[in-house]
Amino acid sequence: MREQRLSVRRASAVKRTKTIKVNYLARVEGEGALDVRVRGGRVTEARLRIFEPPRFFEAFLRGRRFTEAPDITARICGICPVAYQMSAVAAMEDVCGVQVEEPVRLLRRLLYCGEWMESHALHIYLLHAPDFLGYESAIHLARDHPEVVQRGLRLKKAGNDLMALLGGREVHPITVRVGGFYHVPVRADLARVAEQLKWARDAALETVRWAGTLPFPDYEHDYEFVALRHPTEYPIIEGRLVSTRGLDIPVRDYDTHFVEEHIPHSNALHSRLRVRGAYLVGPLARYNLNFDRLPAAVQQAAREGGLGPVCRNPFQSIVVRSVEVLYACEEALRLIDLYQPPQRPFVEVRPRAGTGYGCTEAPRGILYHRYTIDGNGVITEAKIVPPTAQNQKAMEEDLRAFVAPRIDLDHATLAWQCEQAIRNYDPCISCATHFLTLRVDRE
Amino acid sequence: MRPALVIGVGNPYRRDDAAGREVVRRLRRRVRGDVRLAEHGGEGAALLEAWEGADLVILVDAVASGAAAGTVYRFDAADGPLPATLLRDSTHAVGVADAVELARALGRLPRRLLVYGIEGEHFTAGVGLSPEVRRAVRGVVASILQDLQAGGERDG
Repeated sequence: MREQRLSVRRASAVKRTKTIKVNYLARVEGEGALDVRVRGGRVTEARLRIFEPPRFFEAFLRGRRFTEAPDITARICGICPVAYQMSAVAAMEDVCGVQVEEPVRLLRRLLYCGEWMESHALHIYLLHAPDFLGYESAIHLARDHPEVVQRGLRLKKAGNDLMALLGGREVHPITVRVGGFYHVPVRADLARVAEQLKWARDAALETVRWAGTLPFPDYEHDYEFVALRHPTEYPIIEGRLVSTRGLDIPVRDYDTHFVEEHIPHSNALHSRLRVRGAYLVGPLARYNLNFDRLPAAVQQAAREGGLGPVCRNPFQSIVVRSVEVLYACEEALRLIDLYQPPQRPFVEVRPRAGTGYGCTEAPRGILYHRYTIDGNGVITEAKIVPPTAQNQKAMEEDLRAFVAPRIDLDHATLAWQCEQAIRNYDPCISCATHFLTLRVDRE
Repeated sequence: MRPALVIGVGNPYRRDDAAGREVVRRLRRRVRGDVRLAEHGGEGAALLEAWEGADLVILVDAVASGAAAGTVYRFDAADGPLPATLLRDSTHAVGVADAVELARALGRLPRRLLVYGIEGEHFTAGVGLSPEVRRAVRGVVASILQDLQAGGERDG
């Protein structure tokens, strides 16, 4: 996923130290760099350069069957394949005028809970927590606090197992199809994971309390938050698109209000609200726009973690993620309790020429898909806007504000602090060659 | 002894990155029932789960060290750390080397862990290995068969 340099002692006949780079870059795509321009002691520009992959996917989806989109787009990310599948099925069902039955809808929600748990637990414990506790990495953290890292790994595994059960395997689920599922579990299967989820719920509550004790920089940013909003549920697979500055639209109007731009300094398209510019998606946005949709027990846990109904400190996103893990556990248990295998695992979907729109809440924020298909079900146009691309402008604005008072720090310290600030967003830079390359251009 | 496990790590749609998976695919025809084989995307935390309960684990992955394509590395985790670079290098995931060191810190290393690295040439989107990498894959398959026969107790 990222290229990294390793100094490795070979165990072969040649006993010497050698430096090699293990090419993770090959596995997910990505390169991130931050360029900061300083003029007259002031930060005038902060540019984040990101390489991201959906552009290729949009091109090679053309000419494929509409039923292939969920499986093809799942390949965009090894961390959140369910998000890609769910946005794809939503868009295809939209264009074909199909509505799935309630048990199928709930099963999709359950599958997605597994992904939230897995992705968030990974980020909280292995990637983000070391920043706050002064460790270089989760490895160092594990040496001093193995019980903390073990808890994170077990929590992540609970999400994995839920996904594996519903999806047929741990990554890139194979049971999801347009119209429903190829295969659905029986109640006894779910009872097994329920036991593990009860443990996970307790561990998640501990996680919220523990995350709340971490030392957060005193820093806030005035974001426009954008998330889905549902009449009754905390948003996962559907809702209207709303923002903290008054946006309230159906998903199909996304392109009327949001626009993507090519910018010279990044391979990723920059997304912005046509009227106001930068906006933020992700856990912080979901939380701020949907606090009232969380069950009372989860709201209470959030308070124990030091959060109010509104949180504008991006560093506290680790607490918000923990709250969402707790919510995912609670919701998964509720859905398992309700579960009755659907009469039919899927409804037959006949292609219909037109354009369909799908948007779901990936762990990192809203993931928008739009497809145009012809009467034979062949995709003629595809558009995919991942959360990271949408956050890029907000990240830059945030970094500009964050760097300004810190510009006199030595380079290494500044680079490290900037990395932490970027990690708040859990971006799908998909890991840089040398994340992070920081260049400061001072005049 | 509990069964041995060979894990081929890589992305099947990134050309030479699939080298580890190709090794495992070729092994399928060559190993007996007491050896488990697995293909894996390489997400580190999941690797720890994948090798849970195995005594001898052999991990194969593609690398890009700048050496000639097809160069093969073999590491024994018992010889000391694969000094994983810092996790802060990443925003998003834990890699193979990190997984090994994380397991070491948590006391979750298999009793014996060997790691093969195969130097790749092309990591662009697509399928099919470069000729040098294909040759190296054959060599690694042979070497792993020896490892398995020796129960992992083979030097180099």
